[in-house]
Amino acid sequence: MNKFLLLTTVMLNTVLLSSCFKEYKGRINIDGSSSVYPLTEAVAEDFRKENSDIRITVGVSGTGGGFKKFLRGETDISNASRPISTHELELSRKNGIEFIEIPVSYDGMAIVVSPKNSFVDYITVAELKKMWSPESQNKVKFWKQVRSSWPNTKLNLYGAGTSSGTYDYFTEAINGKPKASRGDYTASEDDNVLVQGVSSDASGLGYFGLAYFTENKDKLRLVPVKYNEHAEAVIPNDSTVQHGIYQPLSRPEFIYVNAKAADKPYVQEFIKFYLEQAGKLSREVGYIPLPEEVYKLSYERFTKRITGSVFENKSVVGSNLLQLLSIDNK
Amino acid sequence: MPKTRYRKEKIIEWVMILCSMVSVLTTIGIILVLSVDTVQFFKEVPFARFITDNQWTPLFEEKHFGILPLLCGTLLTTTIAVSVAVPMGITIAVYLNEYASKNVTAIIKPLLEVLAGIPTVIYGFFALQIVTPVLQTIIPGLAGFNALSPGLIMGVMIIPYITSLSEDALRAVPNSLREASYGLGANRFQTAFRVIVPAANSGIVVSVILAISRALGETMIVAIAAGQQPRLTFNPLESVETITTYIVQVSMGDVPQDSLEYRTIFAAGITLFVFTFLLNNISFWIRKHYLQRYE
Repeated sequence: MNKFLLLTTVMLNTVLLSSCFKEYKGRINIDGSSSVYPLTEAVAEDFRKENSDIRITVGVSGTGGGFKKFLRGETDISNASRPISTHELELSRKNGIEFIEIPVSYDGMAIVVSPKNSFVDYITVAELKKMWSPESQNKVKFWKQVRSSWPNTKLNLYGAGTSSGTYDYFTEAINGKPKASRGDYTASEDDNVLVQGVSSDASGLGYFGLAYFTENKDKLRLVPVKYNEHAEAVIPNDSTVQHGIYQPLSRPEFIYVNAKAADKPYVQEFIKFYLEQAGKLSREVGYIPLPEEVYKLSYERFTKRITGSVFENKSVVGSNLLQLLSIDNK
Repeated sequence: MPKTRYRKEKIIEWVMILCSMVSVLTTIGIILVLSVDTVQFFKEVPFARFITDNQWTPLFEEKHFGILPLLCGTLLTTTIAVSVAVPMGITIAVYLNEYASKNVTAIIKPLLEVLAGIPTVIYGFFALQIVTPVLQTIIPGLAGFNALSPGLIMGVMIIPYITSLSEDALRAVPNSLREASYGLGANRFQTAFRVIVPAANSGIVVSVILAISRALGETMIVAIAAGQQPRLTFNPLESVETITTYIVQVSMGDVPQDSLEYRTIFAAGITLFVFTFLLNNISFWIRKHYLQRYE
């Protein structure tokens, strides 16, 4: 009996192990931003269905962490919720890593209050800055301090945690410097915590990715944002985000492809598949697709092997992708 | 024959020693791990800043390392919990011991023990989804995350700790005292609260202290319902962050290990550990010095 058991175990192990060491035709290592992850993973999942002999792994170490690996040549593709930074560009030149930059979708940031809040009709970027800047810490505590017509009730803030790309983008767009923010607010990487907090707090205000607002529409109220006092108040939706009207709180998300990896046929196939599916899948995972032309231009960029970043020395805040890409592709 | 028996006895003894060593070694291991990183932490952050700064923002650009806001959140929720649990817990214990008939005790006691068996994550959601909205209808200014609601629920959670330990203490009071009290013409209420409770004082105090240290270390309830905003306040209507919540927050996010930010959780952890350690020792000391006074 015992011998029989031993034999089966050995046999089972061999079967299991051999399946672990299954020969793949190719491997694609992807890592980076947690906010691009859902999209890339959705694309990879669909891709695997048709190409089971290609092994794709998608990691989540944040945009910065992803670039670190990418610039050491450890990954083929890096997910990024912001363009590559000047410092990272320098590193890429030093390490001789060339890359192709491909925008894949838009993410809008929603400014939300509780449905019980009746006095906030819109908010300007300057007012947002007054609420969120590091100088406001322990000073700006009441709504009235932000706009004199608002009541003198407590201001409770809810926002992204410090390790998320949303935090980096929001602080840059509103406070002018990435990671510059007051610290006395409810900070969480888990957007559901923020949804719960704002929805149950009549004097709360929060920000997070538009996808989470869409999922919790009935519990929250979206606040239109004015670029300045004279501009029109804009509600984030497909069209305002795609056309760059919802500013400065919409951002493109990218994948960066290692130029050497781009020579491999299965990587080419994957990128082609990615750009074909990105529009449809962005919507499925809660993001906003780029205009069709941008996907075309991006694919052109990839096939022509145009390396480097269109955002070198440019801020992504307020940028128009279509314009940038069509100039750069020529 | 006696030899094998002797050997068997030895083996059994060793197994027992090993078992108790596991817990002792785990404790030593925890203390070591905590201290190594805490020492590292205090090399970078002066201890004076740690205990005097009134802001806690280690994850932000402008870093402050004042433990006071976190400590304040922890003490606030614990105070609320204890002020619910102590009167309720002792009253229940007195009722079960002095008033209730055997049949009633047989029903209530197991029910109380069920309270202790509810997973704390469920208490947390109960506080967030039911208690907070109900409280909001009574107190309009109450924030969605606040210290009050998890504090109250935590109080309910620790009632069984106080009740069962206090009941043991009450039962240990010799019947002669009870009889003497009745003999002097005292009624049941006077006997219970003027004679029996004071006589069982040391045991009750121990139960309260253990309940306090349980509340200090409670994590899930406050992590879910109290919010994540370190704030130096004793206002129970606002959201606070406790030490335990902060540790959860950092361990779940992607704060790089082996960084100053990561080490803050060890410094925070050891602060909590010092508190519960002191409380446990005080309760141990009280038990040792006062328990036999009335026997």
